[in-house]
Amino acid sequence: MNELNDNRLNKIFAELRADGKKALMPFITAGQGGLETTESLLRDFEARGVRIVELGFPFSDPIADGPTIQASYTEALAAGVRVDDIFATVKNYRASGGKLALNAMVSYSIVYRLGVERFLDLAGEVGLDGMIIPDLPLDEAGRFEPLSAGRGLCNVMLIAPTTPPDRRVEIARHSRGFIYFMSIAGITGERDKLPEESIAAVAELREHTETPVCVGFGISNPRTVEHVCQVADGAIVGSAIVHRINDAKDRPRDELVKLVGDFVSELLAPIA
Amino acid sequence: MSDRKEQPDGAGYFGPFGGRFVPETLMSALNQLAGEYEAAIADEGFRAEFNRCLREIGGRPSELYFCHRLTEKLGGAKIYLKREDMNHTGAHKINNTLGQALLTLRMGKKRLIAETGAGQHGVATATAAAVFGLECDVYMGTEDIRRQALNVFRMELLGARVIPVDSGQRTLKDATNEAMRDWMGSCEQTHYVLGSVCGPHPYPVMVREFQSCIGREAREQMISAEGRLPDVIVACVGGGSNAAGIFTPMIDDEVEMVGVEAGGTGPQLGRHAATLCEGAPGVLHGSLSYVLQDDDGQTAEVHSISAGLDYPGVGPEHSQWKETGRVRYTRCSDDEALDAVVTLSHTEGIIPALESAHAIAEAVKLAPQMAGDKILLINLSGRGDKDCNEIGEILKRRGQRNNSADTERQRTREL
Repeated sequence: MNELNDNRLNKIFAELRADGKKALMPFITAGQGGLETTESLLRDFEARGVRIVELGFPFSDPIADGPTIQASYTEALAAGVRVDDIFATVKNYRASGGKLALNAMVSYSIVYRLGVERFLDLAGEVGLDGMIIPDLPLDEAGRFEPLSAGRGLCNVMLIAPTTPPDRRVEIARHSRGFIYFMSIAGITGERDKLPEESIAAVAELREHTETPVCVGFGISNPRTVEHVCQVADGAIVGSAIVHRINDAKDRPRDELVKLVGDFVSELLAPIA
Repeated sequence: MSDRKEQPDGAGYFGPFGGRFVPETLMSALNQLAGEYEAAIADEGFRAEFNRCLREIGGRPSELYFCHRLTEKLGGAKIYLKREDMNHTGAHKINNTLGQALLTLRMGKKRLIAETGAGQHGVATATAAAVFGLECDVYMGTEDIRRQALNVFRMELLGARVIPVDSGQRTLKDATNEAMRDWMGSCEQTHYVLGSVCGPHPYPVMVREFQSCIGREAREQMISAEGRLPDVIVACVGGGSNAAGIFTPMIDDEVEMVGVEAGGTGPQLGRHAATLCEGAPGVLHGSLSYVLQDDDGQTAEVHSISAGLDYPGVGPEHSQWKETGRVRYTRCSDDEALDAVVTLSHTEGIIPALESAHAIAEAVKLAPQMAGDKILLINLSGRGDKDCNEIGEILKRRGQRNNSADTERQRTREL
């Protein structure tokens, strides 16, 4: 895995662990409110101390997503956002010195249609660091793993509350960058409280792997970020951010970015 | 019990097609289902119980019917119908839902969910739920709720809850998305009764098996009627379950097979649902198969007069049959399907479902080109009662229903 030593995700988690710190990973839908807004949000999050962002590639049929993220995908697609435009946005962000680790959240439908190798070549070229492919489970990922690692990209894999214990360890062994632990069996969306069993399961999983474990699904406020970061290496917040972008969509871009950025600062506070 | 043991492989692949492209959350439920299905079909007790249900609840075997007048009118091959329209609930869908409901009982789950387009699968699932005392929620696009109002009422009367889906084009694909989302959060207590040979493994092989009673019966019935198998079998293909059901038991025989897709109103993307004719390999709803997509892998809009065929995907085994050339896939337009409804109604006294009318339309083209000693078998997958309002509206717009009732009444008076 030498080819992944230089990967930003791996470097950032190594630094955070050395400092005893945790990661907050905001998720945003690429092209929600326009791709210029997406790029501005990346810069703003970086300035506020975020290290890793998940960039959702809009998809017509996202079965793991709840209504908030689905609506943002539908809106971005209706506005004409294409995969090439998203890659161009990432390229611009890197060209202007952007240092966030960027993870694509992308359906295998998109990856397959573009061609696995072509998708990975483009992702590597423009400066993505990894991808989370929610519909590419362990059983189907065999051919994908070496192709992504060979290009220095981390294939982040997911574990669900319904995943049996042995399989959790096996997924952890294959996941690169970090492991995405879904706190609930269900779709994405904001929840007030997370199941205690999931928190315990993350603690248990960390006994079996050196790879960082981050928790997503249902994390919507500073309290839940703090809660999962007691055991996890990081927290992923999606719907709560996407809905704030949607609420502010009629405001001027600067205002939207500040409103959303202020919320991200609130989420960062308990783990600063 | 399976006629073709070599396909799919253990990972659910038919050649390069199939697999399980679903969120990790669903993997344990799929593994459980695959295990239970394998155990059940190896279990004589389960097979006997399933056959009893097919007979006593489904009303099987369905008849094989020789179309005297249609054969005479077209002047070519002898035309037979496999009468799946005569099944309880009016289509082949009941075969599959009875099988999956029995598996649900074996797994100790209490609730069924389903997607439906034309509503036939929803009605068949609601029926199975009522028979076995299970809770039932059916997802249905609001456009389909509009055009298949009769089936919505039937589902409700059977005790199911119909959940309207307002996303996307508000049709079958969108209903499938919502059913899968429900299952993401409910799979420990709920079984998802997928209605076709689509989706992640084990659905394609399992639904094929539960539908194969169609082809097994047809095989025997053809032999007793004609002393041999048919020369050609024609079936409509949306997801492809009725076609897989009639093809599979004769797939290793020298029988030509034709799958008919929804040609809609033209060959441009968005005006049809001819996935195998016009699409390309891609991933949708958990399997790798032909799909209608744009260059970015976004699912394309589709159109068909028939709600049951109005779907941008198709079962993976059909993709494999297309690649190997075992089955020829073609399409028929909305108008041709409507004409076929009228033709079969007038010549044989059978009102076919709009879906099945696609197969009839192709047979109407093929039969006259075949010699009189050839045999053409059509899978009449469902009856058209559910479509009567919609067909009536369209025929009125086409000027084919100008007060025919008044004319008829007048004629009666004159006599």
